[in-house]
Amino acid sequence: MQYSSQAVAKPYFVAAIGLFVGQIIFGLIMGLQYVIGDFLFPAIPFNVARMVHTNLLIVWLLFGFMGAAYYLVPEESETELWSPKLAIILFWVFLVAGALTVVGYLAVPYATLAKMTGNDLLETMGREFLEQPLPTKIGIVVVALAFLFNITMTVLKGRKTAITSVLLLGLWGLAIFFLFAFYNPVNIVLDKMFWWYVVHLWVEGVWELILGAMLAFVLIKITGVDREVIEKWLYVIITLTLVTGLLGTGHHYFWIGTPEYWQWVGSVFSALEPIPFFALTVFAFNMVNRRRREHPNKAATLWALGTGVMSFLGAGVWGFLHTLAPVNYYTHGSQITAAHGHMAFYGAYVMVNLTMISYAMPLLRGRQANSEKSQVLEMWSFWLMTVSMVFITLFLTAAGILQIWLQRLASDPQPFMVVQDQVSLFYWMREWAGVIFLIGLLAYLASFFVGGRPAEARAS
Amino acid sequence: MSSSRTSSSSLVLSTPRVLQGDIAVWIFLLAELLAFGVFFLAYAFARARNPGLFDAEQAGLDRQSGLINTLLLVSSSALVAQAVAVVRRAGADASQRAAAALLGAIACGLGFIVVKGHEYAAHFAAGMELSSSTFSMFYLGLTGFHFFHVVLGLVVLVVLWRQTAAGVYRPGDANGLESGAAYWHMVDLVWLVLFPLVYVMH
Repeated sequence: MQYSSQAVAKPYFVAAIGLFVGQIIFGLIMGLQYVIGDFLFPAIPFNVARMVHTNLLIVWLLFGFMGAAYYLVPEESETELWSPKLAIILFWVFLVAGALTVVGYLAVPYATLAKMTGNDLLETMGREFLEQPLPTKIGIVVVALAFLFNITMTVLKGRKTAITSVLLLGLWGLAIFFLFAFYNPVNIVLDKMFWWYVVHLWVEGVWELILGAMLAFVLIKITGVDREVIEKWLYVIITLTLVTGLLGTGHHYFWIGTPEYWQWVGSVFSALEPIPFFALTVFAFNMVNRRRREHPNKAATLWALGTGVMSFLGAGVWGFLHTLAPVNYYTHGSQITAAHGHMAFYGAYVMVNLTMISYAMPLLRGRQANSEKSQVLEMWSFWLMTVSMVFITLFLTAAGILQIWLQRLASDPQPFMVVQDQVSLFYWMREWAGVIFLIGLLAYLASFFVGGRPAEARAS
Repeated sequence: MSSSRTSSSSLVLSTPRVLQGDIAVWIFLLAELLAFGVFFLAYAFARARNPGLFDAEQAGLDRQSGLINTLLLVSSSALVAQAVAVVRRAGADASQRAAAALLGAIACGLGFIVVKGHEYAAHFAAGMELSSSTFSMFYLGLTGFHFFHVVLGLVVLVVLWRQTAAGVYRPGDANGLESGAAYWHMVDLVWLVLFPLVYVMH
């Protein structure tokens, strides 16, 4: 750690991992509810478990992004953070707001929560992923703006690099597109159309810029490859991302009541969306192969390479699988979507955050890298989580194919719930893969508590 | 790329067949060409499913304007190529002559915008929209997407023109100029496929 203010990243990373554990527990609960419908009913109904599972994911990824920004911006800008105190205050505001929101979801019925939090004043609730009560949404905007102010001021007073520019573009985009969460037209077509401005333009737009910047930063640090080379790749990747991802929004406009041309625009541009992810994979491997030093943090290198591969598979390949309009006509809203969602979020955003945490946490704790023993455990957790996620994806894909066949394609189509019963074997297998994922996550947590002599750099 | 070359940091300037312009720009251009290519394929599929509609609506297009625009873009591309060649050969007031060629290229590009703008004005006055028919969707989508590329290309050309006039580019040190030129040729190349495909072939 070169600047003392980078230390504010630490609580963000700790909170991120804590919420990650919560997310996985709720994932296992709802995974079980798929096959044992009344499990924990009425205490935690399925819709609430699902809301907590997805909302915790988003919130912990945001904690990770903010922690990453607080860590890498001072180092890139070669100056202390504009205000470390503001960063710490925002941390507590965001954490308490997030915790209260989850308590609200679990403690009272959703409709009551809506009434209690002034949803009649401005109706924003009740939409998938944007379920947060109005005060939480306003809180997110306030925290995001203050955070951006802090980061932007730091960048302005220090050195400007491609990495901080791309990161800032991504973070500002994240905040701006979230504003569409407050726009809730009565016309349901327009409602859905603008809802995707938040959801799609986050994960297939501006978040990819944040991902690119974070990965580029870690790769510079662990490989020692020239900044010029890495920055050039970063520019190519973000250009490809924006060219394909922005108009790729069209793949959500096939069947919501928007004009037919969206089927062409959405199919063509989203079919090209795997390209930036492929470039990301080639980039990560290329840089590691051309490394000029042997960084002692092997675990961080593994996570960085894993991000490239898994984001390409999850976001790129599994996205392409059902993105063409004639295919999506049959697969829409099936378990194929769930399969894609799991591997894409894990491969791209979970893994890039874990890459950053893996690289930065040892430095924040006063050493260049963890002990060999600790790293071996962390690498075990990498393989346990990654392989079990591959299986979760495969089982859901199998469930999805079967579901589409029985429910939509067969000569004698069957009702939804009848089909759900017939694919339950795959849901069971998915649940067991989820248990392995939790074990991997626990191993990951344990790796933070394994001591020993820090690993040292070897001359290459 | 051989590892022996990358390991030494010296630049190889005298290699006879070295890629002109920046490798990153070329990757970008290939992605652009891929996007247009996929759209051309989609056009072919859509037309094959409804040739009657496509032939009927294609007859309503202004081929003369299309031809003028083709000539404008080809001339513009040639002038840009000439500017690159002049800079590379160096010689007396190379920068000024190259800048003049670029200015000519910009004028041709602006001509394209004016002609295309007239065409669009006529179409819109006649009530054409993206959703009026499959053909109009493709016509407006493809030419519109290309139109934005021309506009972006013109911005690039203006920057190149100012830089060239200021004498920034020299033989062996014209990466920016070559990269921008490659982009403009790509815009031209796409039109050379688009024009016959959408305006003429039936």
